[in-house]
Amino acid sequence: MKIKFGVVVFPGSNCDHDAYYSVKKVLNHDAEFLWHKTTDLKNSDVIILPGGFSYGDYLRTGSIARFSPIMEQVINFAEKGGKIIGICNGFQVLLEAGLLPGVMLKNESLKFICKDIYLKVENFNTIFTSNIPKNVVKIPIAHGDGNYYTDSETLNSLIKYNQIVFRYCDTNGNVSASDNPNGSLENIAGIINKSGNILGMMPHPERCCDPKLGKTDGMFIFNSIIKSFVN
Amino acid sequence: MFKATVIIKRRPTIVDPQGKAVEQGAKLLGFNNVSQTRIGKYIEFFVNGNDVHSAKQEVEEYCHKLLANPIMEDYEYTLDEVK
Repeated sequence: MKIKFGVVVFPGSNCDHDAYYSVKKVLNHDAEFLWHKTTDLKNSDVIILPGGFSYGDYLRTGSIARFSPIMEQVINFAEKGGKIIGICNGFQVLLEAGLLPGVMLKNESLKFICKDIYLKVENFNTIFTSNIPKNVVKIPIAHGDGNYYTDSETLNSLIKYNQIVFRYCDTNGNVSASDNPNGSLENIAGIINKSGNILGMMPHPERCCDPKLGKTDGMFIFNSIIKSFVN
Repeated sequence: MFKATVIIKRRPTIVDPQGKAVEQGAKLLGFNNVSQTRIGKYIEFFVNGNDVHSAKQEVEEYCHKLLANPIMEDYEYTLDEVK
């Protein structure tokens, strides 16, 4: 059974081809690009909101893309339980759309950070993580606005309902301020919604799926999604 | 027609790394009395129509839905009639 991934393309998306390549060429499933002006999700089983700089990151990251015509359909899809993964700028779009709680501030260092980091998997009991065979994964980040923030009430709720899926950590899975690349609250790198069908994460799993690139930990996340359709 | 001038500020509880970085520069330049630098946004635009109440309503909605993110930002604006 082939799963169909719809990769939304906003003006300024630049990880759309990486996502397409990873799910179609590496994992051998179906993929189709969805231009942001269309309102047809083309029967996609999973929607990927890719990384990039939609609308030039003007005003706030993701704030204008959130009103692209396709987003109304994406929101409908989400409300019906459709599976959505927002990566980097896609995560920022999910936050602006209110599909996930919180906001992204500029990195504490004010620098754009592009490097491999380690993530502690905090919740394996999700459709995005169930197939990850280890506690710590190595996945690259590439962002200037990845400093997750929310109020304490929302943070407590995220903790209570196990919605924090990934935290920045060291190679052994220790979570501390020294392994926090961007100042993110509680080292948060990825969260899911309460219903568990929407994941937002700043690191880029689509950039580490192909063994030719030397890293494959990102594959575990896409494989988890694929497996969720089989189970 | 009205001219709207909107100022968007980060909420006081939210750290402003840009403001901090700029202030570091200020100290290097010798502005030793400067403190609590915070960076916001200034946006201006025109609103068609003659009714100030409906213009206000439109500006409010524009600010709330798009120009500011209420989780981290506050906004204030002025509205001046253009003759």
